[in-house]
Amino acid sequence: MFSGDLTLLIFLPAAGALLVLALPRRATGALFKVAFLFAALTFLWALKILWKFEPGLATIQLVDRARWIPAYGIDYFVAVDGINLFLVLLTAFLVPLAILASWTIAERVKEFLFFMLVLETGMIGTLVALDLFLFYVFWELMLIPMYFIIGMWGGPRRVYAAVKFVLYTMSGSLLMLVAIIYLAVRHAELTQSLSFDLFRIQALSLPFEEQLWLFAAFALSFAIKVPLFPLHTWLPDAHVEAPTAGSVILAGVLLKMGTYGLLRFAIPLFPEVTLALKPALIALAVVGVVYGALVAMMQADLKRLVAYSSVSHLGLVVLGLFALNQDGIQGALYQMLNHGLSTGALFLLVGMIYERTHTRMIADYGGLWKPLPVFSACFLVITFSSVALPGLNGFVGEFLILLGAFRAVPFWTALAATGVILGPVYMLWMYRRVFFGPQGRSAGHALADLNRREIAILAPIIALVFFLGIYPDPLLRRMRPAVDAVVQQIEGKRPPALFDSDQARESAR
Amino acid sequence: MQTGASGTPLEALGLIPAIPLAAALVNVFWGRQLGRRAAGGIACAAVAGSFLLSAYAAVRVADAGALRDVLFVWLDSGSLKVDVALAVDRLSALMLLVITGIGFLIHVYSVGYMAHDDGVARYFAYLNLFIFFMTLLVMADNLVLLFVGWEGVGLCSFLLIGFWYQENVNAIAGNKAFIVNRIGDFGFLLGVLLLFWEMSGQGIPSLDFSVLERNAHLLAPAKLTLITLLLFAGATGKSAQIPLYVWLPDAMQGPTPVSALIHAATMVTAGVYMTARLHFLFSSAPFTLTLIAWIGALTALVAATIALAQNDIKRVLAYSTVSQLGYMFVAVGVGAFSAAIFHLFTHAFFKACLFLSAGSVIHGLRGEQDMLKMGGLKRYFPVTYWTFLAAALAISGAPLTAGFFSKDLILWQAFASARGSFGLWLVGWITAGLTALYMFRQFFLVFHGEARAPAELRGQIHESPPVMTLPLVVLALGSVVAGWLGAPHYLGGGVWESWLAPVFGARPAAAHEPLSEELWLVALTVAIAALGVWAAYIGCVRSTRGFEVSEPAALRALYRLLARKYYVDEAYDVALVQPLTRFSSWLAASFDPGLIDGAVNAVAGGFWAASVRWRRLQSGYVQHYLFAFLLGALIVLSYFTLG
Repeated sequence: MFSGDLTLLIFLPAAGALLVLALPRRATGALFKVAFLFAALTFLWALKILWKFEPGLATIQLVDRARWIPAYGIDYFVAVDGINLFLVLLTAFLVPLAILASWTIAERVKEFLFFMLVLETGMIGTLVALDLFLFYVFWELMLIPMYFIIGMWGGPRRVYAAVKFVLYTMSGSLLMLVAIIYLAVRHAELTQSLSFDLFRIQALSLPFEEQLWLFAAFALSFAIKVPLFPLHTWLPDAHVEAPTAGSVILAGVLLKMGTYGLLRFAIPLFPEVTLALKPALIALAVVGVVYGALVAMMQADLKRLVAYSSVSHLGLVVLGLFALNQDGIQGALYQMLNHGLSTGALFLLVGMIYERTHTRMIADYGGLWKPLPVFSACFLVITFSSVALPGLNGFVGEFLILLGAFRAVPFWTALAATGVILGPVYMLWMYRRVFFGPQGRSAGHALADLNRREIAILAPIIALVFFLGIYPDPLLRRMRPAVDAVVQQIEGKRPPALFDSDQARESAR
Repeated sequence: MQTGASGTPLEALGLIPAIPLAAALVNVFWGRQLGRRAAGGIACAAVAGSFLLSAYAAVRVADAGALRDVLFVWLDSGSLKVDVALAVDRLSALMLLVITGIGFLIHVYSVGYMAHDDGVARYFAYLNLFIFFMTLLVMADNLVLLFVGWEGVGLCSFLLIGFWYQENVNAIAGNKAFIVNRIGDFGFLLGVLLLFWEMSGQGIPSLDFSVLERNAHLLAPAKLTLITLLLFAGATGKSAQIPLYVWLPDAMQGPTPVSALIHAATMVTAGVYMTARLHFLFSSAPFTLTLIAWIGALTALVAATIALAQNDIKRVLAYSTVSQLGYMFVAVGVGAFSAAIFHLFTHAFFKACLFLSAGSVIHGLRGEQDMLKMGGLKRYFPVTYWTFLAAALAISGAPLTAGFFSKDLILWQAFASARGSFGLWLVGWITAGLTALYMFRQFFLVFHGEARAPAELRGQIHESPPVMTLPLVVLALGSVVAGWLGAPHYLGGGVWESWLAPVFGARPAAAHEPLSEELWLVALTVAIAALGVWAAYIGCVRSTRGFEVSEPAALRALYRLLARKYYVDEAYDVALVQPLTRFSSWLAASFDPGLIDGAVNAVAGGFWAASVRWRRLQSGYVQHYLFAFLLGALIVLSYFTLG
C-alpha cells in the first residue's frame, strides 16, 4: 500500500528546507518566498488530502506503508483517519502563517526558515505515523528545530528556556522510548515477530501490571507535552522567550501532540489502565483548568498570560479525552483545533504589538483601541473565541467536552465548568487593561494599525474561528467514526464490576 | 435548506435575525466610509424590516399555530444533535414585536442622541448585532441555540456598556456585566447538561423545546428541581435578580438608548422569557417556583428601597428595572407565566420611555446625570416632561395605564393563586408604594422645584430634536394604552390570556374571582401608590436633596445605608473578589515558581551536581547530547532485540 499522498505531504516541507539551504544567505527575500511557497504548497496538498478523505469510515485511509528496517520489524507506516486528519490540516495551515509572521526577522534568516520547515516535516510525520518507532523518530525530530528556534531567535533568557524545554520533554520521551521498545519485544515474544505497528501491538493483551508501567511511561511523556498540571512550568518560560513563530507553533501544534498522543497511543494501547487511572487523570486535568486560569489572571506579561491560559484550556481537553465517551473525545479533538487557532492567533497578535512597542507588559498598555481599531477588533474576536462565546469555535469544543464529561464525572465537570467564569475574568481583564481606558505608556510610540501582511495572517484565522463556530458539522462528521471506534474499544475493555458513574447510572435505571 | 411552513421568501423566519446581522456587518466594514447618516439609516431600516417580518409572522402564527424553520445541522456529537432551528409561536411572536418594535424606536432615537459621537458606525453595528442575537434568543427552537442568543446579547451588552471605552469606569462596568452574567451562565450550562442527560436516560436525547415539553413528565421530581434551580441561576444573572443583580446599575455607564433597549426593555427580560419558555419544567418544580417567587419579591423590595436614595437619574431607573423584573419573577414563581410576560410587555414601554426621557434630559443638559443639579426643568422640556410623566404614572400603577393592569394582575396572582400567599402580596404591595415614591421623587427633583443647574448652563438647556421626541411620544402613548391588551375580565378584556393560552395552557393560575376581593386589592394598590406620589411631592418638590435628612440620626443612617446600596458591592468585594485575588496572586507569585517550578529545577540541579564529576563528558553542545541520547537508545534497542 503506497499512495504517496501523505509521504509527499510529510516531505514537501523538508524539500523546501533543502532548497533553502541551497540558496545564498544574503537573499533573504528569496529565502522567505521559497519557504512560504513550500509551506503554502504543503497546505494546498493537505487540502487535497481532506478532499480525498472518505468521511464515513472509521478505518485509516491514504495509507503509505513500506518496510524500513526489516531487521527490527520497523515499518514506514503513515495514514490518516478522523483523529489526525484535522490536526494535520491545522499544522499545514499554521506554518505558512507563522512564516509570514516572521518576515521581520533579520538575523540568520536561512537557518530560521530551514528549522521551521524541518519542524513542519517533524510535526506532520508525528501526526500521521502509525509505527511506534517511526512515530518516535518524528517526535524527537520536532524537538531539535524547536530547540534552536527558541535558543537562537528567542528573548533574553532563551538559553535557559530552550534547555529547560528540551530536557523536560526528553526526560519524558526517553521513558516512552523504553516503553516502545519493550512493547515491540513483547510482541516478538507473543507472536514470534518483531513489530512496532500500532495496531498489531494494540491487539496484544498484556497483564495489567505490565500495562500500568507502560502507560505511565507514555502518559508521562505526553502529559509533559500537553502540559498537564503540575508538569507545566516549562511552558511559560518557553513561550516568553520564543519568537512569535515559535510560540505560534508551540501553542498551536506541539502542545496538541501531547493530547493527540494520549488519544492515539496511551488510551487505545492500554485501555484497562486508562479506565483504572481515569479518576486521577481527570483530577489533574480539572485542577489544571482552574489552576491555569487563576495563575493566568495574575500575570503581568501578555505571553505568560496566554501560556497559562493554555494550561487551563488543555486541562479541559484532557478532561474531555478521559470522559472516554463520544461527546467528550470529539469535543476534545475539536477543542485541540480551536486552541491551535485561538492561541496561535493570540501569540501572533502579541507578536505584532510587541514589534510596535517593544513591551509585552500589560501595565505598559492602555487605550490601544483608539490608535489601532482593526488590530483591537481582531484581538477582540480572538479573545471571545478563547472564552468560548457561542457562535465562535471555542464554544463547540467546550460544550461537547462538558457534555461528555458531565455524563462521566458530573462533579469534576462542574468544577471544570468554573472555567466558564474564570476565562472571561482573566481574558477580559487583560483586554480592558490593554485596549480600553486612557492611553498608556506605550502610546508614546507611533502606532500604525495592521499592515496588509498582518491582515493576511489574521484574516484566514478569524474566518475559521467563525466557520468552526457556526458550521462544525463537516469536521465532526469526519471525526465521529474514528472516535466511535476508540470508544468502542475502551467500552469492550471495561470490567463489569468497575465502579463508575456511567455504570451506576446504568444500574440505577 | 429545509424550510418548515415557509413558502414565499417573506415567510422565511431566518430573515428576521438575518437583516439586522447583515446591517451590522455593513456598519462594521464600511460604516466609517458611509458616514453618520447612512450608518444610522441602514441600522434603523434593518430593524424596521425585522419588525415588519415579525408582524407578518405574528399574523401567520395567529392562524397556523407555531412556525418552524430548520436552517442546518449545527452540531452533532453522536448523542446530541442540535439544529439551527428557528420557531415562532405566540410567545416568541410577542417577544419579537417588543424587540423589533421598541428596538426600532430606540434606533431612531439614537440617530439624534448619538449625532455628535465619533463612533456612530460602531454604535449602530453593536446595536444591530444586539437585535440579531436577541431575536435569535427568542426564536431559538432548542436550548443550545437559545444559549447562543443568550451569550450573544451578553457580548453586545459588554460592548455597549463600555462603548465610551476611554473611560476606565465604563470598561470596568462592561467587564463586570459579562463576568457576573457568566456566573449565572455557569449554573445555566450545568442545568442544560443535566437536563440533557436526564432526558437521554429516558430515551429522549434532545434539547428541542417541543420534544422537552412532550416528555418533561418523565423527569424525576428531585432532578427536575435541581435542573430548574440551575437554569434559574442563569436567569438571576441575565435578569438581574438577587444575588447577581449588581451588574445592572453599573451597566448604566453605557449610552442611554442602550440602557433603554438592552438594560430595560429587552435583554434583561431574557431570564423571564427563558423561564416562560420552559414553563413546563418550572411548573412541575414547586420548590424552585417558591424560591423564584421569593427571590423576585425580595429583589423587587430591595431594589425599590435603594432607588429611593440614588441621585443619578439613570441609576434610579436601573434599580427600578431590577425591581420590576422582580415583579415578573413573582409572577413566574406563582405559575402565572402569562402575567409575567404581560408585565414584561408593558414594562418595555414605560421603562424604555423613562430611560429615553431621562436621556433627553441628559442630552439637553450636556451630559449631566445628577438630579441634584437639575430641578425646574419642566419649562425647558415641553415634550419630555409629558412623556416622562406618562411613563412615571404607568410604572406607579395609575389607574388604567399599562403598569396598572400588569402590576395588579401580578399582585392578584400573588395573592390568590394556589402558589400565592399573603406574604408575597404584601411585599409586592409595599413595593408598589415604594415604586410610586421613588418615581415621583425623581420626577419632582428633575422637573419641578427650583432650578439648580449652574447659571452658565441654563441658557443652553434645550428640548431634544424631533428624531428623539417622536419615539418618546410613541412610547408614552404605549405606556398609557398598551395595558388594555391585558385588561381584566371585569373590563371586558381577556385578549392577552387567550393569545398566550396555546403556550401556557388555557387555565390562568388564579381565576378572577371573587371579583370583589380583586377589586379591593386593586383599590389598596392604587391607594398606596397615591400615598407614594403624595409623599414624594411633600418630600421633594421643595427639597434640594431628595430624601436626604440629617436628623434624626437613625433616619440619616438608614438613608446612608440605602444610598450606599446596602454595601452589597463592598461585601462581595471583601468576601469573594479579594480572597480570590489574594489566592491567585499567591499561586502566581509563590506556589507556581516556588514549589512547582522549584521542584523541577531542584531535580535538574541535583543531576547537575551529581554530574559535575563527569564534567569531561559535558561539551555543552546539545547536538552531542542528542547524539549520546540516540546512541543510548540504540544500545537499549539492541539489548532487547539481540539479547
